[in-house]
Amino acid sequence: MNWIDIGAIDDIELRGARIVKTPVGCVALFRTAEAEVFATGDTCPHNGGPLSEGIVHGRKVTCPLHNWVFSLETGEALGEDGQIPTFPAKVQDGRILIDGASLDRRSVA
Amino acid sequence: MTEKLVIIGAGMASGRVIEHLVKTDPDAFDITLFNAEPRGNYNRIMLSPVLSGDKTYEEIVTHSDEWYAENGVTCRFGEHVTAIDRARKVVIGQAGEVAYDKLVIATGSAPFIIPVPGKDLDGVITYRDLDDTNAMIEAAATGGEAVVIGGGLLGLEAAAGLRERGMEVTVLHLMDHLMERQLEGAAGYLLRQDLEKRGIRVMTRASTKAILGEDRAEAVLLEDGTVLGADLVVMAVGIRPETRLATDTALDVERGISVNAQMQTSDPDVFAVGECVEFDGILFGLVAPLYDQARILAETLLGREAAFVPKELSTKLKVTGCELFSAGDFAEAEGREDIVFRDPARGVYKRLVIEDDRLVGAVMYGDTTDGSWFFGLIRDGTEIEDMRDTLIFGPAYQGGGSADPLAAVAALPPEAEICGCNGVCKGTIVEAITGGAGDLGAVRAATKASASCGTCTGLVEQLLSVTLGDDYAAPTTQPVCGCTDLTHEDVRRLIKSKPLKSQEAVWQELGWSTRNGCHVCRPAINFYLLADWPLEYRDDPQSRFVNERKHANIQKDGTFSVVPRMWSGITNASELRAIADAADKYDVPTVKVTGGQRIDLLGVRGEDLPHIWADLNRAGLVSGHAYSKGLRTVKTCVGSDHCRFGTQDSTGLGIKLERALWGSWTPHKVKLAVSGCPRNCAEATCKDVGVICVDSGYQVSVAGAAGMDVKETERLADAPTEQEAIDLTMAFIQLYRENAKYLDRAYKWVAKVGLDWVRERIVDDPQERARLIERFELSQSVYRKDPWAEEVKKADVFTPLADLTLEAAE
Ligand code: SRM
Ligand SMILES: Cc1cc2nc3c(=O)[nH]c(=O)nc-3n(C[C@H](O)[C@H](O)[C@H](O)COP(=O)(O)OP(=O)(O)OC[C@H]3O[C@@H](n4cnc5c(N)ncnc54)[C@H](O)[C@@H]3O)c2cc1C
Ligand code: SF4
Ligand code: FES
Repeated sequence: MNWIDIGAIDDIELRGARIVKTPVGCVALFRTAEAEVFATGDTCPHNGGPLSEGIVHGRKVTCPLHNWVFSLETGEALGEDGQIPTFPAKVQDGRILIDGASLDRRSVA
Repeated sequence: MTEKLVIIGAGMASGRVIEHLVKTDPDAFDITLFNAEPRGNYNRIMLSPVLSGDKTYEEIVTHSDEWYAENGVTCRFGEHVTAIDRARKVVIGQAGEVAYDKLVIATGSAPFIIPVPGKDLDGVITYRDLDDTNAMIEAAATGGEAVVIGGGLLGLEAAAGLRERGMEVTVLHLMDHLMERQLEGAAGYLLRQDLEKRGIRVMTRASTKAILGEDRAEAVLLEDGTVLGADLVVMAVGIRPETRLATDTALDVERGISVNAQMQTSDPDVFAVGECVEFDGILFGLVAPLYDQARILAETLLGREAAFVPKELSTKLKVTGCELFSAGDFAEAEGREDIVFRDPARGVYKRLVIEDDRLVGAVMYGDTTDGSWFFGLIRDGTEIEDMRDTLIFGPAYQGGGSADPLAAVAALPPEAEICGCNGVCKGTIVEAITGGAGDLGAVRAATKASASCGTCTGLVEQLLSVTLGDDYAAPTTQPVCGCTDLTHEDVRRLIKSKPLKSQEAVWQELGWSTRNGCHVCRPAINFYLLADWPLEYRDDPQSRFVNERKHANIQKDGTFSVVPRMWSGITNASELRAIADAADKYDVPTVKVTGGQRIDLLGVRGEDLPHIWADLNRAGLVSGHAYSKGLRTVKTCVGSDHCRFGTQDSTGLGIKLERALWGSWTPHKVKLAVSGCPRNCAEATCKDVGVICVDSGYQVSVAGAAGMDVKETERLADAPTEQEAIDLTMAFIQLYRENAKYLDRAYKWVAKVGLDWVRERIVDDPQERARLIERFELSQSVYRKDPWAEEVKKADVFTPLADLTLEAAE
């Protein structure tokens, strides 16, 4: 693991999301609770919807285009055949850390 | 031989160390104990019962003067240690030096004081020791107002104690909900309610700007300008390890004094224990781990092997009537699953967090009897696979059973209004049922409940079920979504009659089965709350579909469209120029005239939105809300100003209507049109509200459609004056806002309640019409503003949080 500090937890609204540009494409960061974030791919496998624009509920997000629902924990599309990548992320002392190693194009490929 | 042991600080941690030492080997050490407080060790966590008057100081003393004497401890109480000289191995107290062979630092923590003007005034105190407690008791003796800054464990215990002693107490908390470190929203909501019930005022998201007063505290000023009178201000915003002595003598200090698992600092002869230490990046604020540390330290000092291992912690609040419990880790980390249980009738909320078939966290409010059982499961890492389904019901429970879908209705007080039309409350209906009204028809006949618009039918049927039990088979209705068994209509009525004014209140009181709803129910609940409580409830953008959150329509490729408002289709050269300039500047691929008489800039990139809005704002253009469940457009024709057939100023009326209605949120979108004569060039007869101008005035018709269904409007009334046409429209929109199901267009709603029902309120009852307009205006005082101008202020939210394309590639 190679934890990279990408910002303060309050930079993301509670039950909101922001994106981070990375070598593997846009990664969406979801804030599901006061001090809880999840990082996943931002692109919906259905038709490319931007997941960071979806409604965040519990530990899930609903795609804004056609309402596919994804588990932020596993990346699995619930009730549909689909999967988004997930990346290790955590909150420490109010900062959001994401695992840089997992964002390396070579390690994903 | 006997070694010289010096201990700095006679607190809860060092107290335990001494107990272990004298019990195991009384002759091993010659102990000198310093304490800044002029007394020995007492049970600090019991200060709150002392404050509230449930206990006296004498009852919470753990080590008396006699005890120290019997055990040969030399006490230097009321004496600060000012320095440690490690080279000479002496501790320097205010009254002289003492040499040591081994030294223990146990200085605890110091309350954090927020650096605001006035923090040093008399009457501003912290909550840490007996002197603070006595100061509060003394202040409370003369009554008056107290402000407690900080809604954590300490702040709330202080608030409850002061309230108990008769003060008017306000708690200020920076975060959204109380005790956010130990609790989540739902439990925080219940806690707040219980505190408010005992007369404590709670203000969340309250940031203190200054404490005001000449010689002593008189008031607290908040960032938003609110001023609260305060004879006493208690700061309870957090604690900081007391590390000054360690820092001065150059021991390793991070946030706390760094120790290893033997509680040894960077100097092998110096140890530290309690809240002043940091171990493995962890700080401590509760006594349970400190007692473990104390035991480890005693063993180490006696030359035995021992190592400190931090364990899971649990928290309780020592305020009578506020039963809460939280343990373990209920946030952070992936791969977890929740079990949520709510019992609105009893004010109970429980949430368990499960990971890898083990319980890792638990939050409970209202009923904490199973707390220690859950805590045991967490601490021991017990496999829970077999009992997963019934786990939440606790150890006593085996087999079957689930949350009661009728609990929310059962929990309503008798005076809760069920039928809004006829003002019938629960008590009356229940009386009718017990008096023999065995079905809906009979209840209607006996009480008139559900006999008018019918939206409370679901609730009346639930009351029949609750009252008659199995004897009544309620018809199945369509619930809002999988999170609840209630219908939209039920939820709307319950929000009004309970009343419920926050999302957390809805989730809890109506027994939602999820933590914070889903993408189906949350936008609906958000709308109901803001429509019913425009001043108390704040719109939650996170409960809105992307278009309404971003104030633009998302396109299939993830770009957005931007539609500025053109008041009733009227524009001018400078507006058009600003639109043209914006189209150039932001490379807008498509510029289109819409079916709603305005111009659409399609294909704008998300991060450009705030900038294009700022540019358009400068030209006086505001959001056209082309994305909202709210007022869209008011289409007009040219009318009497230019047209040879025009009977009235249709454009002018359109502009007035649009200016009155813009910015309002509605159950679904709302479109209006005003035509200048019955030729109807503005297509007014297929809108939510359409006005046709005639020689004698204005024909106001409602409930048209031209989308998925096509339907002609129905005549609501003829208005002789323009003002009356505006009044009828506003009252209709407000009635729709207050009663319709989310995502029902006006025509669908009118079909359910009947045009006569609408007419009775808006046309036949001038007073009701006036009241509806008044409520609409109240809501518009909040919402009649340009959201683009607001969003421009937080432009950075539209950009990526970070760009790692370079860093991670290295
Ligand atoms: C831009 C516009 C088409 C155009 O190029 O003219 C338009 C575009 C959209 N309409 Fe419309 N409607 C537009 C006028 C209409 C009209 C005609 C009118 O308003 O006079 C109608 C029929 C009248 C009516 O509403 O009853 C209309 C009936 C709909 C419907 C069906 C509504 C219904 O109750 O049946 C939808 C779907 C919905 O709202 O749920 C819809 C939804 C949409 C959405 C927002 C679909 C979406 O959610 O993404 C389209 C956004 C496109 C985009 O990417 O920006 N649009 N839409 C028109 C904008 C008018 C404006 O200035 O605001
Ligand atoms: C009102 C209140 C309620 C609480 N409720 C709970 C609860 O319900 N559950 C729970 O687990 N915990 C609770 N706590 C926290 C708990 O009391 C602390 O975790 C615990 O007391 C810390 O023990 P300690 O020995 O590290 O420090 P302390 O008990 O604070 O002792 C440190 C002592 O060192 C002295 N000292 C500091 N510097 C010097 C110096 N330079 N020279 C000489 N002496 C010095 C101080 O005067 C103090 O007496 C509560 C705390 C308070 C204030
Ligand atoms: S509404 Fe009547 S008067 Fe106005 S433009 Fe159309 S036809 Fe002409
Ligand atoms: S693109 Fe996400 S659901 Fe269709």
